Amino acid sequence: MKMSTTTITARCRIDRGAFLLDVDLLLPGHGVTALFGHSGSGKTTVLRVLAGLERVAGAHVALGDEVWQDDAKNLFVPTHERGIGYVFQEASLFPHLSVRANLEFGRKRLPPAERRFELMAVAELLGIERLLDARPDTLSGGERQRAAIARTLLASPRLLLMDEPLAALDMRRKLEILPYLERLHAELALPVVYVSHAADEVARLADYLVVLEEGRVLGSGPLAATLARLDLAANFEDDAGVMIETRLEAHDADGLSQLAFAGGVLLVGRRDAAIGATVRCRIHARDVSLALERPRGSSITNILPARVDAVGPGGTPGQVLVRLLVGETPLLARITERSRRELGIETGCAVWAQVKAVALLA
Amino acid sequence: MPDASDFAAIWLTLKLATLVTLLLLLFGTPLAWWLARTRSRAKRVVGALVALPLVLPPTVIGFYLLLAMGPNGPLGRLTGALGLGTLAFTFTGLVIASVFYSLPFVVQPLQNAFEAIGERPLEVAATLRAGPWDTFWSVVVPLARPGFVTGAILGFAHTIGEFGVVLMIGGNIPDRTRVVSTQIYDHVEAMEYAQAHWLAGGMLVFSFVVLLTLYTLYPQTMRGTQR
Repeated sequence: MKMSTTTITARCRIDRGAFLLDVDLLLPGHGVTALFGHSGSGKTTVLRVLAGLERVAGAHVALGDEVWQDDAKNLFVPTHERGIGYVFQEASLFPHLSVRANLEFGRKRLPPAERRFELMAVAELLGIERLLDARPDTLSGGERQRAAIARTLLASPRLLLMDEPLAALDMRRKLEILPYLERLHAELALPVVYVSHAADEVARLADYLVVLEEGRVLGSGPLAATLARLDLAANFEDDAGVMIETRLEAHDADGLSQLAFAGGVLLVGRRDAAIGATVRCRIHARDVSLALERPRGSSITNILPARVDAVGPGGTPGQVLVRLLVGETPLLARITERSRRELGIETGCAVWAQVKAVALLA
Repeated sequence: MPDASDFAAIWLTLKLATLVTLLLLLFGTPLAWWLARTRSRAKRVVGALVALPLVLPPTVIGFYLLLAMGPNGPLGRLTGALGLGTLAFTFTGLVIASVFYSLPFVVQPLQNAFEAIGERPLEVAATLRAGPWDTFWSVVVPLARPGFVTGAILGFAHTIGEFGVVLMIGGNIPDRTRVVSTQIYDHVEAMEYAQAHWLAGGMLVFSFVVLLTLYTLYPQTMRGTQR
């Protein structure tokens, strides 16, 4: 598909005194790109500039060779002509229309030949097929957001922009929607730019990560490598940690599954998936402790031989983050500065990493 | 019993109010939209101008409109140059004066309704491929419906109830500018209290029913009209 070779470019500079944004982004035109940052980092503004909802003087925005904004040429393509989809933080269904009419709103504005999805298929994908005749105000928050996502997809966007679609929901609703987002990721060949301030959400959904802080890009790159960067890790605070793509290797008789990655095997509680399936694992730095010798008499199942690659500040006083390599796979561990000193942990050391918890993502 | 001249006045009044309401919806909607969405400093000035008829005695508005429409006024010169004569003491003049007089009663409910919609539904519509016109008809108008209904009803009712402006601009000419309110005045002046009662009582009942209907349909408008 042509889509896989296009890139998304966004250059913009805003200086409103207290709010400064200065970014020059080149994002992959496929998969899910996460814009991660705390509130005030400018991530939503970048998304709005991409969508054309905000017109920042001097910005340059393009999808592939199609330029959407170029103020030097006085070119600005309005939002409704960009062919994008946008999922807002709050669902924003039209209250005067039924769920079905909401879903059809964008779709019916497309020439039939350009409609990529059928209403029922998308409704089923998002589990709202029984709600079509309801009024939006009778839906739960999670249902409303799923309907809003369905509505956006049905408009057949060429680029899907999502502004913290889960942030307004409680944990239960989040867990209810996340699987649907993962299905979108798996089943639709649609580039997505996803704004979030939740590291775990990013680890679960993204392929490519951009870390923003106070209007500047601190770093960007493929998800696994970027999450494992010591210079960025402190931005994720307590959620610092790596994402490892593994392959389901075997199911053991005692209820554990073996997940293989470049550098070793992780044992996790039985995962109901076929042998050979790809499984994303998340290992938080706070769940990894270090030992100089292989611990004996420990109840921890996953103890991996590793080499210290680098040591950096932990973001919290008294703590450090240690970047390890298990084979060629990076791992982060958060330990106290005192332990680091007493154990003499330095770059190049051979250590044992004890992994207390592995979160399975998809 | 009301006589032929009373019915002529009623007919003229309804014609006037209907025409004025339609014109106000036509011109008041873009004006209210602008007031609701602009960040221009001119907003306060224009807003205050629109609200003037709420506080001014109708005779003041009538007086200046009369001057404007007279042979030496700006409007009068324009209509004179177009070969239309002057508008003072004509039905057309009455319509124009009434549009000014009832402007806030249509513009303000519309402006409130537009402001209540906020930015978000418009942005959502744009991301779903709806252009500005499309968005206006498919999102703004349905969401602002209470504002349209309230504005239309208040504009209509207020135009029916005007007196001072009519007297200044219209001059109370039968079949051309004599509306119910001036007809009542004439009856009272002529000590025809029975006939005055028919019309005045009719106006009272009509106005009450209109407001009752409005408040039943949209209870939230009660606040907006208690100025």
